[in-house]
Amino acid sequence: MKNEPRMIEVRKNVLKANDIIAHALRDRFRAAGVFVVSLVSSPGSGKTAFLEKTLTLLRQNYSVAALVGDLATENDAVRLARSQAPVKQIVTGTVCHLEAAMVEKALADWDLDQLDFLFVENVGNLVCPSSYDLGENLRIVLMSVTEGEDKPLKYPTIFNSADAGVITKIDLAKVVEFDESAALANIQAVRPGMRVFTVSAKTGLGTENFLDYLRSRRAVSQENAIA
Amino acid sequence: MHELSIAMSIVEMAEEEAARQGGHVSAVHLKLGALSGVVKEALLSSYEMACEGTCLAGSHLIVEEIPIVMFCAPCNAQRAISSAQWFCCPECGSPSSDIVQGKELEVVALEILGEDVDDALPSRAVSEIAPCEMVGQKMIDLESRK
Repeated sequence: MKNEPRMIEVRKNVLKANDIIAHALRDRFRAAGVFVVSLVSSPGSGKTAFLEKTLTLLRQNYSVAALVGDLATENDAVRLARSQAPVKQIVTGTVCHLEAAMVEKALADWDLDQLDFLFVENVGNLVCPSSYDLGENLRIVLMSVTEGEDKPLKYPTIFNSADAGVITKIDLAKVVEFDESAALANIQAVRPGMRVFTVSAKTGLGTENFLDYLRSRRAVSQENAIA
Repeated sequence: MHELSIAMSIVEMAEEEAARQGGHVSAVHLKLGALSGVVKEALLSSYEMACEGTCLAGSHLIVEEIPIVMFCAPCNAQRAISSAQWFCCPECGSPSSDIVQGKELEVVALEILGEDVDDALPSRAVSEIAPCEMVGQKMIDLESRK
């Protein structure tokens, strides 16, 4: 009998450590009244260009800032800083996704009370970021018209974990023969009911619709915080 | 590929529990949802690496895969779906984003080989545990694995 293993019940979420920090961040964001939006996509889908456009437009009426994660280089932070918004680069080294602790560390010396919107651009990766809560209010998944209409079917988990979708580079749709209705149908197949915005960061097409969405979601979140 | 860091978290968790319980961990039972974002095969090979040099070296990771279950409002019922590419009720065809199950990434139990079996108050001998009670139908028969 002595050599038989005994079974110990554990029942612990493997990502508990991340979730605890994410919950604390979410509380902190709520207390500060800042609405936090994270962006996930594959590398090269146009996250940074779209975020630069978003920051530039929102800055006219709101206090905005961004964190941007990359394996290496500070190039994206430099690009985003052209919007005049405060930007901080998180260099993850070999880590293929952002974790709540990285966001917490990057925000350590920031006064969140001064902010209306905070954007967190994840490392370009459609797999790993799906598992990690960053304390955000809204997770946006982006795909570009150059990636093919079946991206959502190939990466259903990340599309399923997102609150809204953005199809970028729509100005290139014709050249690459992008089938928009097929892409939209694929998104609905993996995430029924998800709002999807079709935009071009280059021409500005569709960005106003997306900004309206952000503003209304922020208003709802503030009402809920008071109630 | 974040499976290695997931595997390291699992090992860390098991080490802590083993230190509390006393004894040597021979297996870790994990629930892995189809929507967890973690690939089973990658996790299994990462687990071996993560165990190296720890007191879990040589232990097994036993994965129970959890299918996606959604709630279908028109049917007023929970429905298992077989594909993450099609979130529609298999009975009535209605789409649904209301996920009831499938995101699990949870250590459910440890098998510990130890000298102080008699002192282990919170635990029970493996033979006393019905297979489906804690780790589901796929639990591997402990005797046959030896």
